[in-house]
Amino acid sequence: MNLLRLFSRTQSAPAARERLQVLLAHERAAVGDSDLVTKLRDEILRAISKHMQVDDEKVSVRMERGAQVSTLAVDIEIPFDAGKKAA
Amino acid sequence: MGKVIVVTSGKGGVGKTTSSAALGAALARNGEKVVVVDFDVGLRNLDLVMGAERRVVYDLVNVIQGEAKLTQALIRDKRLETLYLLPASQTRDKDNLTAEGVAAVIGALKVSFDWVICDSPAGIERGATLAMRHADVAIVVTNPEVSSVRDSDRIIGLLDSKTIKAENGERMEKHLLLTRYDPLRAERGDMLKVEDVLEILSIPLLGIVPESMDVLRASNVGAPVTLADERSAPAVAYFDAARRLRGETLPITVPGEKRGFLGKFFGRKAA
Repeated sequence: MNLLRLFSRTQSAPAARERLQVLLAHERAAVGDSDLVTKLRDEILRAISKHMQVDDEKVSVRMERGAQVSTLAVDIEIPFDAGKKAA
Repeated sequence: MGKVIVVTSGKGGVGKTTSSAALGAALARNGEKVVVVDFDVGLRNLDLVMGAERRVVYDLVNVIQGEAKLTQALIRDKRLETLYLLPASQTRDKDNLTAEGVAAVIGALKVSFDWVICDSPAGIERGATLAMRHADVAIVVTNPEVSSVRDSDRIIGLLDSKTIKAENGERMEKHLLLTRYDPLRAERGDMLKVEDVLEILSIPLLGIVPESMDVLRASNVGAPVTLADERSAPAVAYFDAARRLRGETLPITVPGEKRGFLGKFFGRKAA
């Protein structure tokens, strides 16, 4: 019985390896880049507010780390009277 | 000036204290002066593993609080005269460890010892961050198991950001010590292999300590495994790791296995 189970069982180490690789890619991104994203957000906001008025709360910057490429998503809501320059 | 080593892991129970004691004794066996410092305030165990539990009078917290001199708190090993232990407090709280106090103690130890080994507590809080703060070299103790590898990855991140070396823009030297390794289970595919862990954590390998009864036996009698039975497989692994810490280049092997077979798997160079 035991011998049969031993031979029919699939290997578990590859699963451990894969799960760790996926998990750690995310955790490293979350820990390492939180500062970077905050800085980017501040600087983007500063650059835009030179030319138009934007609501501080309507600017979102997100970093997503993939296996091959990472993406930086910047989402800014522009109000219709934004053409007026900031004071 | 001596070298400061932190033995750390994040996860508890992976072998930090065993490794601190074993490496300390292995380094001291060569005549170099070694002190092993227990940073686990409130849950000290290095004294017990090293067989000095009945000789503790003063501890690290007493020294930091100015209640005892450093020389009063240091305990000399009964077997090796160049090996010393600085115990942690068992009754005080870890908040008694101040950053300035730890800096002063490590600074003083560096002057009179060749090696200062800081045995970190588990976790990522005050005790652990203070233990790693002044390190020149870090040894990350890891078991071939998912939760240990994850926690080691987190600790590597802290070593690269929260230490004095990192804050000065220098590179922290980090080494992986893989403990409780079972080559048969790894070969069957039921345990992460050495190369899996190395690939995931990507820091150089200091040694592989096999899972062994000898570790438990040594702690039962209160002796570092490198002194209890210096020819046992884990002892040989720790002696090799100590030589690598001194800068020697040795091929990595799992003690007790044939070299020819292992050459294929562990052909990589040590740290």
